Amino acid sequence: MKAFVTRHPTWSLIIGFVVAVLLWLIFAPWTEGMEDVLGRKRVFLNAIFGGVTLGALYFLVASGFTLIFGLMRNVNLAHGSLYLLGGYIGFEVSERTGSWLLAFPVVFVVVALLGLVLQNQVFRRMEGEELRQTMVTIGLSVVLADIMLWIWGGQSYTIFAPDWLSGPMTLPIVSGYRSSGEAVMLKYPAVRMAILFAAIVVGVAMWLILNRSRLGMLIRAGVDDREMLAASGVRIQYVFLAVFGFGAGLAGMAGIVGGTFQSLSPGEDTRFLLASLVVVIVGGMGSIPGAAIGALVIGLAEQLGLVYAPTYSVVFTFLIMAAVLAFRPQGLLGRA
Amino acid sequence: MALAEPPLGRTTAPTRPAPQKVWVERIPPIWWVLGLFLLTLPAYANDFILFQVFGWTFILGMIALSLMFLAGYGGMVSLIQMSVAAMAGYMVAIFGTSGIAAISMDLPWWLYIPIAILIAAIFGTIVGALAVRTEGIYTIMITLAIAAAFFYFTRQNYTIFNGYTGFNLVVPPQLFGIDWRQPVPFYYLTLGWAAISYGVVIYVSRAPFGLALQGIRDNPRRMAALGFNVTAHRVAAYTFASVIAALAGILLVWQNAQIAPGTAGIPAVIDILVIAVIGGIGRPIGPFVGALIYVLLRTFSPDVLLTFGLSGERFKLLIGLGFLALVFFSPDGVLGLWDRWRARQARRGDPLTGEKGE
Repeated sequence: MKAFVTRHPTWSLIIGFVVAVLLWLIFAPWTEGMEDVLGRKRVFLNAIFGGVTLGALYFLVASGFTLIFGLMRNVNLAHGSLYLLGGYIGFEVSERTGSWLLAFPVVFVVVALLGLVLQNQVFRRMEGEELRQTMVTIGLSVVLADIMLWIWGGQSYTIFAPDWLSGPMTLPIVSGYRSSGEAVMLKYPAVRMAILFAAIVVGVAMWLILNRSRLGMLIRAGVDDREMLAASGVRIQYVFLAVFGFGAGLAGMAGIVGGTFQSLSPGEDTRFLLASLVVVIVGGMGSIPGAAIGALVIGLAEQLGLVYAPTYSVVFTFLIMAAVLAFRPQGLLGRA
Repeated sequence: MALAEPPLGRTTAPTRPAPQKVWVERIPPIWWVLGLFLLTLPAYANDFILFQVFGWTFILGMIALSLMFLAGYGGMVSLIQMSVAAMAGYMVAIFGTSGIAAISMDLPWWLYIPIAILIAAIFGTIVGALAVRTEGIYTIMITLAIAAAFFYFTRQNYTIFNGYTGFNLVVPPQLFGIDWRQPVPFYYLTLGWAAISYGVVIYVSRAPFGLALQGIRDNPRRMAALGFNVTAHRVAAYTFASVIAALAGILLVWQNAQIAPGTAGIPAVIDILVIAVIGGIGRPIGPFVGALIYVLLRTFSPDVLLTFGLSGERFKLLIGLGFLALVFFSPDGVLGLWDRWRARQARRGDPLTGEKGE
């Protein structure tokens, strides 16, 4: 961070200014004039929080995608199918056992096992043939999507959150004032805050594992130079298996999260595949912090766009991607 | 270096060269048979086969051909071609006549067709200019993302693209007193344009531009060192491919008589790649072979599945599994299978004389 500030003083100033303005908009009480221009503060706050929680969900999906890509150079276009499959399995588990929490480990194990099979039986056979791997993942996503349509049909499912997470919680942020002058605090669905919290925990844990553990060291070395790592005696296939299984399992768990605060239906797989693509393109391929920043930017752009320019919210996402491509093709945090 | 090498061709050539054949004689007989078959098809095929099977095959084949041109000669796998085609279709609906009178401008056909092709080509060029900044799998990802953005944009925009419903009643003009949407005229229309596109792609691939493009595919740095503008060639390839895709898009909107965001949805975009890969992206005939297989599967697999007691809706599973198997065993598509079979036959030699083939 320090190195970034010394290298790009203007950019860090601009970024710092934007962040400061956003924080001030969130925490400061709004005046009458501001409400005239920007609308109700409650609406703005809801858009911001919606964007951040959506970004958290995108991060959960995209971090596995970017990790797999960074290590194995494999664009897994079946990632969205893993997400949707995880959501459906999570729905079945939570319906049958009545436990929302139990769904997470079950889905993680099942989808991670599927990921292991894919890596060991499919991708290992065509190592280095990137285009062919991509084609295979496309074929897999078509097959998986149709099998899921076969089993679960075309209707949409919602996974119900447990009682202790339902209902709103009060945040220490002023959203407006009553006529009596009394401050009204922002109320926000508790389950979304839990998702945000979980995403932050997952992100920090991934960062710690990548930067502080032996496995993380192996993964980072593999990202830098796969052949050299293999030549120095590391059984790189096991590292690949671990990363692919973990990334797939994470996508599956994200499916439960997505099924809880949105819904599961055919077509969601491509939506989330696409979201991960855009997030990873914006953030930089193979970078976990990049995925976090990209997810945050895309989530915020989507939600703020939905509130302030409903017709063109998709275009904002696209414009951000095009701008990043035009000025920094390797992504915000990607390495050239 | 090239000067020092012995000219290979001359050492093996006979001392007295055979008389030069006229270009008509050099066309292999199989092409004459195929051409005759396609031209006389209306005599013994019903309207459904002509309009739905072959008309659709030629259209999808042209879109896949534009992908094949980019992927096979340029080394750029672009998933944007379906969106470019849909863009041309939308422009035909917007500038021409459609059931949505509030948006359509009712221009004459000689104006709206060039406009549609021009706008689609500009669209494809802009996307190409963005996409050539990346390489390999990145190009797939970026073009896929842009194609999705196009889909969502057309679905949400009501002022230009009429949102979710799109345009209906888009029909070809009554030219020379013929209703071009009747099966037989439409069959010849699509056949003609498919043949023209095929010929132009063959021509361009042997023209200096196409040769330079193939050189860039094989070694961009060397071509840059030789003084070729790598980026300009790649972007121009996108423009050329966009024109073919745009022609196909216009035919597609005429065939369906309507266009909606789903025309260029993600499944449709993926289908074009599947078609090109099934046929084989090494040669321009591949996309048409792939399109024929795809259309036949799509049209008749429900019946086949039903006879085996399965639900007719599972044709996607069939296509997906077929695609997977093909990518697994023959990365260069059906044509690759055919080539290998031919090579094995040639190795085995003639069954009668036992002579080895070439």
